[in-house]
Amino acid sequence: MNTTTFSLSAAAVGLALLVFAHWLGVDYLYFAGYTILQFIVLATAWNILGGYCGYVNFGSAAFFAIGAYSSVFWYKFYPLPVPVLIVFGAIVSGIIGLGTGYLTLRLRGAFFSIATLAMAVVFQTLVVNWDYVGGSRGAYIIRPETVEFAGLEVHYIEYLFALMLALAVIALITARTIERSQLGYGLATIRDDEMAAEACGVPTLRLKLIATTLSGAFMGMAGAPFPYYIGYLQPQSAFGLEYAVNSIAMPMIGGTTTWLGPLIGSILLGSAQQYATVTISSAVNLLIVGLMLVAFVIIAPNGLIGLVQERRRARKQP
Amino acid sequence: MDISWDLLINAIVAGLLLGGFYAAVTAGISISFGMLDIVNIAHPAFVILGSYIAYYVNINLGIDPILVSIIVLPAFYALGALVYQVYYVSFERRGQESLRGLAFFFGLLFVTEVTLILVFGVDYRYVDAAYIGPSLHFGMVEVPLRMLVPCVTALALFAALELFVGRTFIGRAIKAVSQDQLALQLMAADPIAIKRIAFGLSIATASIAGALLIVIQPVEPSVGRDYIGRVFAICVLGGLGSMPGALIAAFLVGVVESLTSTFYGPSWAPAVSFGFLLLTLAFRPAGLMGR
Repeated sequence: MNTTTFSLSAAAVGLALLVFAHWLGVDYLYFAGYTILQFIVLATAWNILGGYCGYVNFGSAAFFAIGAYSSVFWYKFYPLPVPVLIVFGAIVSGIIGLGTGYLTLRLRGAFFSIATLAMAVVFQTLVVNWDYVGGSRGAYIIRPETVEFAGLEVHYIEYLFALMLALAVIALITARTIERSQLGYGLATIRDDEMAAEACGVPTLRLKLIATTLSGAFMGMAGAPFPYYIGYLQPQSAFGLEYAVNSIAMPMIGGTTTWLGPLIGSILLGSAQQYATVTISSAVNLLIVGLMLVAFVIIAPNGLIGLVQERRRARKQP
Repeated sequence: MDISWDLLINAIVAGLLLGGFYAAVTAGISISFGMLDIVNIAHPAFVILGSYIAYYVNINLGIDPILVSIIVLPAFYALGALVYQVYYVSFERRGQESLRGLAFFFGLLFVTEVTLILVFGVDYRYVDAAYIGPSLHFGMVEVPLRMLVPCVTALALFAALELFVGRTFIGRAIKAVSQDQLALQLMAADPIAIKRIAFGLSIATASIAGALLIVIQPVEPSVGRDYIGRVFAICVLGGLGSMPGALIAAFLVGVVESLTSTFYGPSWAPAVSFGFLLLTLAFRPAGLMGR
């Protein structure tokens, strides 16, 4: 399937989902669906760097929160429409990704991971101390009841759901395009053997920086509408560890080498968590995610996709 | 500029005491990350686990928290050896430690934290001991015993580790593994067994560090995350694998953090270690005393 066909069919699936959700017309579906879509964007974004290039980013929560807080900043300064905020969130998070990457990606892989972990703590410190965006008290965002969208009066939550759906479609198309492009092959050589790639003339640092920037930008995009979704944003929820762990666990459980892995992982884990949060408790569901992450990296290092591929290969060679 | 001198001196003394404690937390990372090249980001979670064990025994049996941590050292050593065995079989042997090994430790960190939340809740916990409360006074300098005792214990731990690594047969074997694993194999020694011992030791130090932490401040399960950036910053700043370097770096970070929280407010202190980390990585990745 070439890229245009894929993009068109992805958009068609997205549109069909939107129409279906509108036809059902249940508000809870929008709330739950929004969370799952948000995880699709985060997991796909993480995978652009982590899965394709092999560099582990532990700071997904920070990029997400930076996107969210850039929206809060604009909300206090001059309220802009959410799609514009998404662009701003992407720019800020992308630049921060580029900066962190520039300082640490020249060194061994582990340093980048440690720096992203530390970065999350530092940005949380900055936000806690920045009174303009609410500081540690948090910030209230009053979301309008409805919004004019393409000449229609729609519920705000439906509007946010549609935006996040569009973002998820864009993220998946981008990931798949990268996978099949020169950039993707370059990243794969870095993942397999960075020394050899460098020796063959692959501009490793430049490719890594592109991947980090893109990945950070998508995480920022996922975070930008979040204040409008949640209504009250506080540092502890924006920088929550569940974003960091989920955006690693979902691609790892789905499979990291293709765009399909993060998608499958986030749909499975995301809906399981929605279910567990409602029926059991949110702490237990995080425990389950952590245990599944550990179990999967030990038992099925290539995720669900890897399991299916192995099964298929085994059938071909009796 | 008008600086109040007793405030400054007290801040520096507090920073040195804090630095001693940081050295205890970093000692384990210095072995696992610095010498064995295992990026154990779950180390602070083991430290918190140590804190909770000290807390639980202290509250129920009234035993001194630091004594408790010494009693449970063998258990932590065994836990460390077990974790290394899993890590080796699942990742190191397959050559997948960079991506999946990191995710594995991240998962461990997360599982430990959430389990502690489920068992103990998110309330702050603290311990009881004779040295919590009183302070020594030297002129205008105040030295709280709850900081002094952990600092002295930490320095003793650090000295013991340094002696062990430098003077004993096994300690030298650990150094050998960190320098050239292949050469060790050619001399018919088993690097895996030595690494298992070393990693066990590194986790064992987390027990003591945990007890010291809960003596210094009340603990709740997510406190550990604040230490991840800090300990790795100290380890990198000191120079990977260099124990004396780590000690100097720990004091440096402790003092700068203490000065920051005295003069700019405690909420800015966590940013200090990240600043150190970034500056080190940008200008001198080998660290203060790196090879």
